[in-house]
Amino acid sequence: MIHHDLIVVGGGLAGLRAAVEAKRAGVDVAVLSQVHPARSHSGAAQGGINAALANDPGSVDDTWEKHAFDTVKGGDYLGDQDTVMQMTKDAIEVIYEMDHWGCPFSRYDDGRIAQRPFGGAGYPRCCYGADKTGHYLLHTLVEQAYKLEIKLYVEQYASRLIVHEGVCQGVVAYDMIRGGFEAFTAGAVVIATGGAGRTYSNSTNALINTGGGMAMAYHAGVPLKDMEFIQFHPTGLFSTNILMTEGARGEGGYLINDSGERFMERYAPKFMELAPRDITARSIQTEINEGRGIGGQAYVYLDLRHLGAEKILERLPGIRDLAIHFEGVDPIEEPVPIVPSQHYTMGGIDTDVDGATPLPGLYAAGECGCVSVHGANRLGGNSLLETIVFGRRSGAAAAAYIAGLADGRPNARTAFAVVQAIEDTVDELGARTGTEDAYGLRTEMALVMKEHFGVFRDEPTMRAGYDTLTSIKQRVGKIGLRHTGGVFNLDMIRTVELEGMVDVALAIAAGAVWRTESRGAHFRTDHNTRDDVDWLKHTMAHYRPGEPGPKLTYKPVTLGPFEPQERKY
Amino acid sequence: MSDITFRIRRHEPKSRKDPEPRWQDFTVPNDGNLTVLEGLFYIQEHLDGSLAFRYCCRASVCGSCAMYINGAYRLACQTNVKHLDAEAVTVAPMPHLPVVKDLVCDMDDFFAKYEYIKPWLIRNDPDPDKEIPQSPKERKKLDMPIDCILCGACYSSCPSVWGEENYLGPAALLKAFRFEVDSRDEAGRERLPHWDNERGVYRCHTIMNCVEACPKELNPTEGIQWLKKAAVRRRLFGKAK
Repeated sequence: MIHHDLIVVGGGLAGLRAAVEAKRAGVDVAVLSQVHPARSHSGAAQGGINAALANDPGSVDDTWEKHAFDTVKGGDYLGDQDTVMQMTKDAIEVIYEMDHWGCPFSRYDDGRIAQRPFGGAGYPRCCYGADKTGHYLLHTLVEQAYKLEIKLYVEQYASRLIVHEGVCQGVVAYDMIRGGFEAFTAGAVVIATGGAGRTYSNSTNALINTGGGMAMAYHAGVPLKDMEFIQFHPTGLFSTNILMTEGARGEGGYLINDSGERFMERYAPKFMELAPRDITARSIQTEINEGRGIGGQAYVYLDLRHLGAEKILERLPGIRDLAIHFEGVDPIEEPVPIVPSQHYTMGGIDTDVDGATPLPGLYAAGECGCVSVHGANRLGGNSLLETIVFGRRSGAAAAAYIAGLADGRPNARTAFAVVQAIEDTVDELGARTGTEDAYGLRTEMALVMKEHFGVFRDEPTMRAGYDTLTSIKQRVGKIGLRHTGGVFNLDMIRTVELEGMVDVALAIAAGAVWRTESRGAHFRTDHNTRDDVDWLKHTMAHYRPGEPGPKLTYKPVTLGPFEPQERKY
Repeated sequence: MSDITFRIRRHEPKSRKDPEPRWQDFTVPNDGNLTVLEGLFYIQEHLDGSLAFRYCCRASVCGSCAMYINGAYRLACQTNVKHLDAEAVTVAPMPHLPVVKDLVCDMDDFFAKYEYIKPWLIRNDPDPDKEIPQSPKERKKLDMPIDCILCGACYSSCPSVWGEENYLGPAALLKAFRFEVDSRDEAGRERLPHWDNERGVYRCHTIMNCVEACPKELNPTEGIQWLKKAAVRRRLFGKAK
């Protein structure tokens, strides 16, 4: 048993920022991560991070209030306005802080941080470092973690929370390098494990984004909020779904259909290619569905050629490399085949503005959590911002919670019992002869999510998908495990995590089936308008052990200065 | 769809099963666009669940899957089998590093050396209310070293690392360069003793294996040469930068 005051699960931007904040408050904090923190998926973010710095000549009158309005409107009014305003207000300070820690943002001639236009934003507000902003931010926080001597437990696969008498007291993890399960006890736990993109077969996400942290909290009784809101990024590479940043359009890139038309003119005449992602993804999907994909195929072009080699090499070198390596296309010479691809989980573990979940001692931050700031559709450049703002807030809140604990010592018996329980689960899996194949089921689940809960949704399709998911859940109970022990046991990790993935998929599916309206990224052809009378509310999915799907309840949205209105771009 | 052979180095030093390294062949279906990482997943899922390898982003940005593939350092995710132009795909862990299991190397020393050179911005002045100004020209000097993904290929490829276990190696020194060259850094002589010695820059003999090995096409040797010059400037002329 290993003890720290605070355990942060996940070493991406949100987790590291939480750890840095807690450490600076004098807390003994450790980070557990499935990969070395520098390998976290935050590093794959490209385009940038929003803050109303007003650095661009075209944005001198930008304010955090305007940033809040764009965010609320972009989210189709489902975001809680108090938390949105907290985020856009904190944004300015946290960007400067990242600069002071050495983040290599791109610059204007006067030495200030450069900002580019981004989707759904009224001003050039997106601070960037070429098209590798996530990589630069992540490395900056990794550097701070080393500087502050934060204890890093690298390649630890967290699988269950330790909950004693209704209070979270730690987590049990599989030590991939040394083998075996270990209890990490703590006064509080921050989950910062990222999204659940890999529940879809067409995701831009890293392969480790399986929603493990969400599942861990969900199984411990914490509700998942607004899970039906899944973002499809307009521009994933056609053959691999690897991300082509929105920054490509921010720098002036076009979307082109088979007849060479800039078709966004018909969907968002004012914002064109820089309409919010839900609208742009639907526009592309419509072009494809109506046979205007390139050569009638299921993709359109992202055309950057008119930007010229110099601009592409300076501002978009990363996606140029990706297009060359993974699609065999050099954007300087040719248009890039792209397709809408699952990109982001707007929903997540239910938290308040300080990252606190309904389970005392448990906090969540970043994509795994739902504060909620993104509402029904996240604006580009707001996810990196969310990780840092709410990572920081949850680290501070967890530190204050720990300071107030009367008895910081966790219950050892409960901790050992959780270790025993997960060991028993693995033994049981190993003892099964296994009539089902874990990888076949994973593939099936991910295809169901892509085909039945995609850009366009309707009742019969979703019902059929939901039913298939419940049968997949049953079949998961018949999986056997070939290798139970040892080090770096991918078979065990990937089999054990499947049950959680299916439960998270079911939470997405249930929320989508029951929400009979269209809002943001949740678009139903059979209920194609927003219904503020009945549906201006958050979906809360509660795990029910032994039942096929979740129980759904609803919670009001926190409104504020921005009256819900029709979204036009 | 045709098949291709993956020849994989299997080794688990601390187990009874594979205490000594061996090669094992697997037949993997190739749709004509197979990456090495996809091939490894096919094997792990369908042929041998015990195969161990690192992975994460599958888009050549996280640095997890640097391996020794058909005689060269490559990222498995970025390597399309068709570009290898070979009858078989030979995959080994990065040479000269201790093996945890199969294609997974022990990276502890690598990151300990990274930490040792103080890879963070050092400031003495109080921070301004806004950003610390940096001109595009100053910022341009960072372009090369900040693209490092810490995959370890350069470190594994460096003969000076093989011969001297305390040599910091190209990745850590590139990181030192990244901060020393940053106009916002005020380390002065604080970081200097960590790289200005026989375990630091002077152990680099410009063999330039690191340049060849780097899957991001970076040039650690250039950074190390800059540091050598900077050390001379500071020692002889007392310059801060």
